[in-house]
Amino acid sequence: MIGKKDLEHMAWLSRLELSGEDKERYTPKLNSVLDYFSELDEIDTDGIEPAYHVLPVSNVFREDEVSVPTCSLSQEEALSNSPKKQDGFFKAPRMM
Amino acid sequence: MWAGINELMERIHASSSEEVVSEYFERIESSKLNAFITLSKESALLRAREIDSKAHDGSLAGIPVAIKDNISTKGTLTTCGSRILTGYVPPYDAHVIEKLKGAGAVIIGKTNMDEFAMGTSTETSFFGAARNPWDLERVPGGSSGGSAAAVAGGEVPIALGSDTGGSVRCPASFCGVVGLKPTYGVVSRYGLVSYANSLEQIGPFATNVRDVAALFDVIAGYDARDSTSVQREMNYSSELRNEVSGLRIGIPEEYFGEGTDENVEKAVRNGIHTLEDLGADLAEVKMPHTKYALSAYYIIAMSEASSNLARFDGMRYGLRTDDSDWHTTFSQVRAAGFGDEVKRRILLGTYALSAGYHDKYYLKALRVRTLIKQDFERAFRDVDVLITPTMPYPAFRLGEKIDDPLSLYLADVDTVPINLAGVPSISVPCGFSQGLPIGMQIIGRHFDEAAILRAAYTFEENTDFHTRRPGGI
Repeated sequence: MIGKKDLEHMAWLSRLELSGEDKERYTPKLNSVLDYFSELDEIDTDGIEPAYHVLPVSNVFREDEVSVPTCSLSQEEALSNSPKKQDGFFKAPRMM
Repeated sequence: MWAGINELMERIHASSSEEVVSEYFERIESSKLNAFITLSKESALLRAREIDSKAHDGSLAGIPVAIKDNISTKGTLTTCGSRILTGYVPPYDAHVIEKLKGAGAVIIGKTNMDEFAMGTSTETSFFGAARNPWDLERVPGGSSGGSAAAVAGGEVPIALGSDTGGSVRCPASFCGVVGLKPTYGVVSRYGLVSYANSLEQIGPFATNVRDVAALFDVIAGYDARDSTSVQREMNYSSELRNEVSGLRIGIPEEYFGEGTDENVEKAVRNGIHTLEDLGADLAEVKMPHTKYALSAYYIIAMSEASSNLARFDGMRYGLRTDDSDWHTTFSQVRAAGFGDEVKRRILLGTYALSAGYHDKYYLKALRVRTLIKQDFERAFRDVDVLITPTMPYPAFRLGEKIDDPLSLYLADVDTVPINLAGVPSISVPCGFSQGLPIGMQIIGRHFDEAAILRAAYTFEENTDFHTRRPGGI
């Protein structure tokens, strides 16, 4: 069961500001879903490999070469949607 | 307004793409469906004129197409149905968009969807719910509800959606059109905004199987920019034949269980018998882990979502609130930009991946995914395709389930196992219940889209469900 402290921790990890009202509304809904998930405890999965992929795919490598314009954006394009930018950089909020 | 590609091609040759495209816009502009988030009228008409001035080459030359709004379109707003992508204009095209442009298609707009494709009803869209053309008080299904509603409402002949756990097949079923979820890896996800990338594929909608195959032929194919893209050359349209004799159809009883509407069950069983009468052989198959697919699916999808959606922080695109410190700014941008369902999935996904719970939820779900995949592998040793209902019931009312997330998740019970296994699946209209369409799901082996398209085509050639149109719009 997710309590208030757990929810606040998840919200912190997820960078989601939750109001007191959000917490009240979300908690029972999240818990009813988690409660449903607990049905998986019934199945014995000892020795079963986890399926990270559905097909036998392997890592794909390529030469470490710039392949403009097919795979890369120009600096101007990359910055074109940024709400705040300065001197050709994305402008981040202050760290502290 | 429900003409198929071939008929439209003839009309384009006789008159022009510009005229055909204009007629669709007229219809959309008086629509009550809220199927579109963004219309590209100016660029579409320009493109149509450009095609008219050339020789109409390309398999979709001059044909209008609508695109789900989580597929990147260079120069056209792409919102994912979310406030957090306010004003976002992609600087590049998704692979499928490059392919469509290459085939001469005319993109007329971006369709409504559940926010970040998280939903079964298109009610979580920041831009308001889309509506079902068969009953405006009902949902069109989701998450690609806008694409399905637009096709069913005669607002566009073909459209693209994306399917993470049923998001093409569910709205196809609820709106009475055809929708295909391809084998994982067949269509490039380059330019598709990720929700749960190990599960999702882009898929086509149309009013009939032939047009779905034609659109699928255009968008399928290898792309080096998606590391899960698979090398395969196929022409699916050439595989369509009105012929199922000797086809072995498996019926997994687990998909006809409790919660399945009796009219849905009847229509799907009648559909199976239609194919039997045409020469297919039926067999019962056992898929014992089906019951656990829903939990495994949601744990995996939410976990992947919590990671994928970390990129929405207001720095590179979209909404930005007033700056404070690093943590507060990001938390406020995300609080203001995401809707409730997206937040709940991020929180639960974060929980399922967090220290102390990772093994209990995420790893457990991945092990169950193996068992579900094995259910399919075993079944496909004895049969060529599986047939089930697409959805356990017809379209529900707007507002009926939206306040109870779990009841909404349960609607996906017949579609999510397919994404966990990565196999292809198509939904075709197979009946009606009180005036609402019912969809039949035909599932195939990995890369055997040819088999399910042929079964679906044969069904369509011998029934008339796909020819019925909603009257009240």
